[in-house]
Amino acid sequence: MTAILEVDDLTVDFTRAGTRTAAVRGVSLRVEAGERVGIVGESGSGKSVTAQAVMRLLPTTATVGGSVRFAGQDVLAYDAAKLAAWRGADIAMVFQDPMSSLNPLLRVGTQLTEGLRRHRGLSKSDARAEAARLLKLVGIADADRRLDDYPHAFSGGMRQRVCIAIAAACTPKLIIADEPTTALDVTVQAQVLDLLDELTERYATATVLVSHDLGVISSFCDRILVMYAGRVVEAGPTDDIVADPAHPYTRALLDSIPRLEGELPRRLPAIPGSPPFGDVPADSCAFADRCAYAQPVCRTVAPPTVPVGPRTQAACHFPLTLAEEVTR
Amino acid sequence: MSRFLLRRVPQAIIVLFGVVTLAFLLTHVVPGDPARLIAGPNASAATVASIHHELGLDRSLAYQYGKFLLGLLHFDLGTSFALQNTPVSTAILRALPVSAALAVLGVLWEAVLGIPVGIIAAYRPGKLADRATTLASLVGLSAPPFWVGLLLLYLLAFKFNLFPLSGYEAPFINYLILPSFTLGLGGAAWYARLTRTNMLEALRSPYVQMARAKGMPERVVLLRHCLRNVLSPLLTMLGMDLGYFLGGVVVIESVFGLPGVGKLTFDAIGTLDVPMITGAVLFAAFFIVVMNLLVDLAYALVDPRVRR
Ligand SMILES: Nc1ncnc2c1ncn2[C@@H]1O[C@H](COP(=O)(O)OP(=O)(O)O)[C@@H](O)[C@H]1O
Ligand code: SF4
Ligand SMILES: [Mg+2]
Repeated sequence: MTAILEVDDLTVDFTRAGTRTAAVRGVSLRVEAGERVGIVGESGSGKSVTAQAVMRLLPTTATVGGSVRFAGQDVLAYDAAKLAAWRGADIAMVFQDPMSSLNPLLRVGTQLTEGLRRHRGLSKSDARAEAARLLKLVGIADADRRLDDYPHAFSGGMRQRVCIAIAAACTPKLIIADEPTTALDVTVQAQVLDLLDELTERYATATVLVSHDLGVISSFCDRILVMYAGRVVEAGPTDDIVADPAHPYTRALLDSIPRLEGELPRRLPAIPGSPPFGDVPADSCAFADRCAYAQPVCRTVAPPTVPVGPRTQAACHFPLTLAEEVTR
Repeated sequence: MSRFLLRRVPQAIIVLFGVVTLAFLLTHVVPGDPARLIAGPNASAATVASIHHELGLDRSLAYQYGKFLLGLLHFDLGTSFALQNTPVSTAILRALPVSAALAVLGVLWEAVLGIPVGIIAAYRPGKLADRATTLASLVGLSAPPFWVGLLLLYLLAFKFNLFPLSGYEAPFINYLILPSFTLGLGGAAWYARLTRTNMLEALRSPYVQMARAKGMPERVVLLRHCLRNVLSPLLTMLGMDLGYFLGGVVVIESVFGLPGVGKLTFDAIGTLDVPMITGAVLFAAFFIVVMNLLVDLAYALVDPRVRR
């Protein structure tokens, strides 16, 4: 397999009013062609910033370190023209809020065709025909007429379908979907996820799915990265991680997934406390204040990322997988 | 769209009706007897009474109100007290082209100076261009127009002879540049700030992120995706300014000696020329209401969300 995306030791700092905040602190990830990778973590853990760094969408207040390679090329070195040619054609993104990620003053057709015309060089009429085909593909009835509608005439779920159509328009090699269902009604979340599933399957598009919901991630992805306070604290194949989490944080996330079986009312054990805001001391585990397994060493030495299973790594001094082996 | 019209047009008519009624009542609370004003201080009581009768002032308020409304339907605003035998509507119509030219040019200055400055400032916030324009707009906002007008007159007209000092004759544009610039300056400063704020917001918005993620070059992001959203609310305000300016800009027309509706109003107030004042007020209100309506219409055309 060939890597479509290789992110190596990515760091992102924001400078605001003289103070620096480390949002991403050394994230590495690799996505093979056609593979589905999930990034999961609580809000504020740096998932979106990681995605935006890959897309080069961060504001100028952000300082990016490390490397991002797409199909072997150094993305961080792209100039404006290369970026514009790359985005939309080879890589695409679906954003969280379909209500605000479509331009309210432009017809849906315009927003669909502008990429087709630019990247695939289609004529006006060909682009329109292709746009109608795409709308039909994502399950919008009466597609030809709806091209002339403005976004406000669509429901949230329908808008996200439009956004997915826009992302898939030029059959990119990779789609990054940042919380694509979070802003939607629960009833349409599954439908939109199914659509993403179907499309990426059909075109063998590699996908990076970002979500705070491990349930969504584990149902969709081959591989999972668990992020906490700007770091990847555990990574590996979905099955391994779900069956046997090594990091106490992953364990807590798993425990908070609502399950359909069992008696009502289901009370979800929320993870006590909240993630650290802003700066995390470099020589400690960022999860220490909330961790039930924390020891004194967790507050003085940052845990290195080590193998914790045949195919998984985690950054914890006392991985649960190893602890169980000892007690067994 | 037709539903939108069906709602807005009656609204505008009701507002106009209210203004007309208010203006009518106003003429009856101003101190001073118009008949005496017309007749002069030395007229006999009989003369005053006959003028009273002529003007219909001895009839009931309802009768006078009806007559007033009927007159309005024929664009009859009465006859000026001060400018003997000149119908108010004639005087206003004569002054209108001056005010209209001034208003259009003033709004043009507001847009042409304000909007680009705001865009440039927003594109690199905190940088030199941003700071310079912020300072300039602060100055523009806080300088009183009559002071700016006098300053410009002194420097450009008196000292350097680039423009005529005062008056209005061909070529008219020479007489309009300084006053319209003065008129537009405050608004331009305001629009620069507003454009900057809206632009910053648009640049941060998800739809702009999305446009970039689609591979739209920065030029397209700015022109197709940002500017539309930034300008459409400004359109409303520029239109309202136009309506407001059309009603006559008293201070600037007076400073520059322009024979517009503002100057007419100013002079009418000086001579307590009630029909003229009423006419001018009605006229100004009419433009403001009509421009508001037109602007809402234009806004609905640009922004589909408003149409419903
Ligand atoms: N534009 C920005 N400027 C400053 N800080 C930011 C910016 N975007 C994100 N951050 C900070 O970076 C951290 C990670 O945010 P984010 O990646 O959005 O989290 P999430 O995992 O919920 O997507 C947060 O603490 C957030 O406040
Ligand atoms: S390193 Fe210590 S504090 Fe951090 S997760 Fe592991 S056990 Fe908990
Ligand atoms: Mg996020």
